[in-house]
Amino acid sequence: MTAADTPERVRVSVDVDRCCGSGQCGLTAPDVFDQDEDGIVVLLTPEPPAAATAAVLTAADCCPVQAITVESITVDGG
Amino acid sequence: MSTVSEHPVSQAGTYSFEGSVFDLRRSNPFAPPDSQQEAALAGPICRVPAPRGVVWAVSGYAEARQVLADPSFSAVFSTPGFPMLDPDNAPADGALSFLRMDPPDHTRLRRMFTGEFTARRMAALRPAIEAMTADLLDTMAAAHAGGEPVDLVDLLALPLPSLVICELLGVPYADHAYFQALSRELVDLSLPAPERQAARDRLDEYLTALIRAKADAPDDGLISRQLRPADGAAPPDERELANAAALLLVAGHETTANMIGLSTLLLLDRPAERARLLGRPDEVEALVEALLRHLTVAQFGVPRAATRDVRIGEVEIRAGEGVLVLLGPANRDVAAFAAPHELDQGQQDRPHLAFGHGIHHCLGQPLARLELRVALPALFGRFAGLRLAVDADELRFREQSIIHGLVSLPVTWAEAGDAATAG
Repeated sequence: MTAADTPERVRVSVDVDRCCGSGQCGLTAPDVFDQDEDGIVVLLTPEPPAAATAAVLTAADCCPVQAITVESITVDGG
Repeated sequence: MSTVSEHPVSQAGTYSFEGSVFDLRRSNPFAPPDSQQEAALAGPICRVPAPRGVVWAVSGYAEARQVLADPSFSAVFSTPGFPMLDPDNAPADGALSFLRMDPPDHTRLRRMFTGEFTARRMAALRPAIEAMTADLLDTMAAAHAGGEPVDLVDLLALPLPSLVICELLGVPYADHAYFQALSRELVDLSLPAPERQAARDRLDEYLTALIRAKADAPDDGLISRQLRPADGAAPPDERELANAAALLLVAGHETTANMIGLSTLLLLDRPAERARLLGRPDEVEALVEALLRHLTVAQFGVPRAATRDVRIGEVEIRAGEGVLVLLGPANRDVAAFAAPHELDQGQQDRPHLAFGHGIHHCLGQPLARLELRVALPALFGRFAGLRLAVDADELRFREQSIIHGLVSLPVTWAEAGDAATAG
């Protein structure tokens, strides 16, 4: 999935054991990702609003250890 | 092509391995080393000559990310096939701390420090960095009185990162000058290797004493926090903590200093980009990212050894072969960046590799970014008419240095009404 074929909404999950604490996700999509005291990712919302989708995809791409998984949520109807 | 035996070997680990991918000379100071650009022409991954064994140079963006993210590649010196210019003179074990470790040692040590570089901690540090920058600019202004050229490297680029590390570690203010002088010696490639080693030994002594002082009288600096781990975990070994603190200093000093110097030089000729520095924060951030990608000062090939057979691009790398990831050419791969040799990428949609990738991705990058976002606007905001005080062809750059940069940057500006004077 790339930003070019951005789906409407996505489901996000994070692997806290993989996380290296770089914090780039939080800088890219601060409404979706935060950091705990050790710098490890905290997922604020697993199904963010559509407006956040592009930022979430960018955050997943920027993650140095690919600890962020993004799946599209199929939207039924309009 | 010359062989290794014909070249003098410096214990600093810099070589004149003429014509090979280890040769770091740049004919264009803002573009990757010439030899690395040549390697990139041969493809995203190609075999290169090396003192010992098989070594692959990786210059493709996707391929670089793949290598750096794959746990099959080890960062440990003693892993068979680890590429080294001077295989018989590897640094002492642990001297580079977690930079040259694999999981689980790497994970344990690095996780001790990830909490120091969160967005919240950076926000808390920002006022101190702004104050240090302002003080250094005052010193520059005083040195310039009467129109004397000043060396930006000496008065801003080098002192700022070491002052910031002082703040981070909790080095007492009274020791700042000593610490700065010491860290300056550590990165001075013109000093003979024994003197630089002596500086490193004095740094180790200083950090050990500092650790003991913080054990008795803690403050809210990094070292005190490390000595009192939150969840009842055992505090780190003193030697381990001193090595890690030294890594934070060494890794965060020359890199940031050279970015400040080179970015300033590049921007002296670019009024439109300079104007963006005085614009909105998001414009400053975008310009800093463009500078990081464009300059990629960490120009040594990131070394790894394959611990099993791995396919990278068209090549089947075998266990026991070495890899050098060339971040500069990867950051200019046309497959990832539409106008790779331009500074301004406009809509920056791919993350650059100036800070690496994978588990060793630069730990200090939030701090490096913060220092650049503070220092460059402050500098050009204060001295709007900043210009070179020498001819461009008189500028001296570090030769064969693992971190590219200027030796000095003599600058001047019109004295009266500094900020009001047009460039």
